[in-house]
Amino acid sequence: MSQMELDDLTADALREFGNIGAGHAATALSVLLEGRVAMSVTDARFCPFRDIVDVVGGPEQLVAAVFIRISGEIPGNMFVLFSLGSVDRLLDQLIEPVDSREDYSDLDLSAVAEVGNILTGAYVTAISDLCNIQLNQSVPSVAIDMAAAILDIGLMMTGYDENEAILISTSLAHGQHAIDGHFFMLPDVDGTQTLLSVLRRAPEHG
Amino acid sequence: MADSSQQVRIGIAEGAVIRRAGQIVTAGLGSCVGLVLYDDVVDVAGMVHIMLPNAPKPDPIHPQKYADTAIAWLYEALLREGARPLHVKAKMAGGAQMFRNLTTEALRIGDRNVQMTTELLHGLQIPVVAEDVGGHYGRTVRFDLPTRVFSIRTARGEERQI
Repeated sequence: MSQMELDDLTADALREFGNIGAGHAATALSVLLEGRVAMSVTDARFCPFRDIVDVVGGPEQLVAAVFIRISGEIPGNMFVLFSLGSVDRLLDQLIEPVDSREDYSDLDLSAVAEVGNILTGAYVTAISDLCNIQLNQSVPSVAIDMAAAILDIGLMMTGYDENEAILISTSLAHGQHAIDGHFFMLPDVDGTQTLLSVLRRAPEHG
Repeated sequence: MADSSQQVRIGIAEGAVIRRAGQIVTAGLGSCVGLVLYDDVVDVAGMVHIMLPNAPKPDPIHPQKYADTAIAWLYEALLREGARPLHVKAKMAGGAQMFRNLTTEALRIGDRNVQMTTELLHGLQIPVVAEDVGGHYGRTVRFDLPTRVFSIRTARGEERQI
C-alpha cells in the first residue's frame, strides 16, 4: 500500500502529538474511571484511509466507533475505534461488570460515546495547543457494527479515498485492564498537508 | 465458502461481472449501496459497490464509485457480455445510516444513494425485483449465479435471501 514517506522530523512531530494527546486523555479518563490511568502510544503514523479497516481487523470485524466532526481551521472527521473486548472492559469499569453482553443498551452506547469524546477532545486540544489554531468538535455519535460499514461515511465526506489519515493507536491501562483504542483523524481534502505542516512547525512555537 | 476460484470479492467503489457460475461478494456495506444487475435468461451478472450518488465530473477514475457512472458502467459491461436489455433486472442492498443521532445532510447519504440508484434504474427501465435497504446496520452481500439469489448477512448474524 502506498504509505506517505515521513521524514524523521515529521515522524517525531506526529509521535509527540500522539503523546501529548494521550497525556490529556489519561488525565480526563482517570477522573471518569476513578483511579490512575496510564496511557501509552503504540503507533503514530499516516495511513491511507481505505486501509483503516485492515488496522482494526478487516471489513467485517465488529468494532465500536465514535464519530466526531471537526470544524475550524482544519475541518475533518475523527473516529475512535475500539475492539468489542476493549469496549466490554471499559463498560465493566464505567457502569457495572457483566458476564457477557448480548446487546448494548443506550446507557452503554452513551458511555462509549463519552469516552470517545474525551479522547478526541484530548487530541483536538493537543493540536490547538501545539499549533495555535482554532478547532471545534461536534457532539459524538456512536455505532457498533462492521468496520467497513461504519467507516464508509469517512470516505464519503472527503470524497478522496487516496486521502491519508493520521492514526494514533493507544493502550490505556487501568488496574489490570488494558483497553486498546485507535484514533483516526481524516482532514478534508487538502487538510492533511496543512496539518502536517503545522505539526512540523510546532516545536518552534515552544 | 464456495470454491474460491469462482468467487469474486469487490471492495468499496469497485465492480465486477461474472458469467455462467460463481459468486460476487462485497463485505461491510454501510451507507454504500451494493447493486446487482443480471440477465434473467443468460447467465451473466455484475455488482457495483456504490459510494456516492453523483460523480463530481464526467469520466471519473473509478466509475464504480458513483451511482450515475457505476450504473452506466455496469449496464454496458453486461450488454458486452451478452445480456439482453429486456432481460436485465436489478437487486440491491445497503444504504444504511450507521450513526443514528446525526442529522446533517451529509450523513443521510445512505438514503440519497438508494434514491439516486432507484431513479436511474427507473430511467433505464430496469426493474428492481428485490431490495434490502435502509436501517442502521451494516450488511455483507453475496450474489450467486446461476441461482440469482442475493444473500444478505448483518453484523448481528441475521441472514436473508432476496
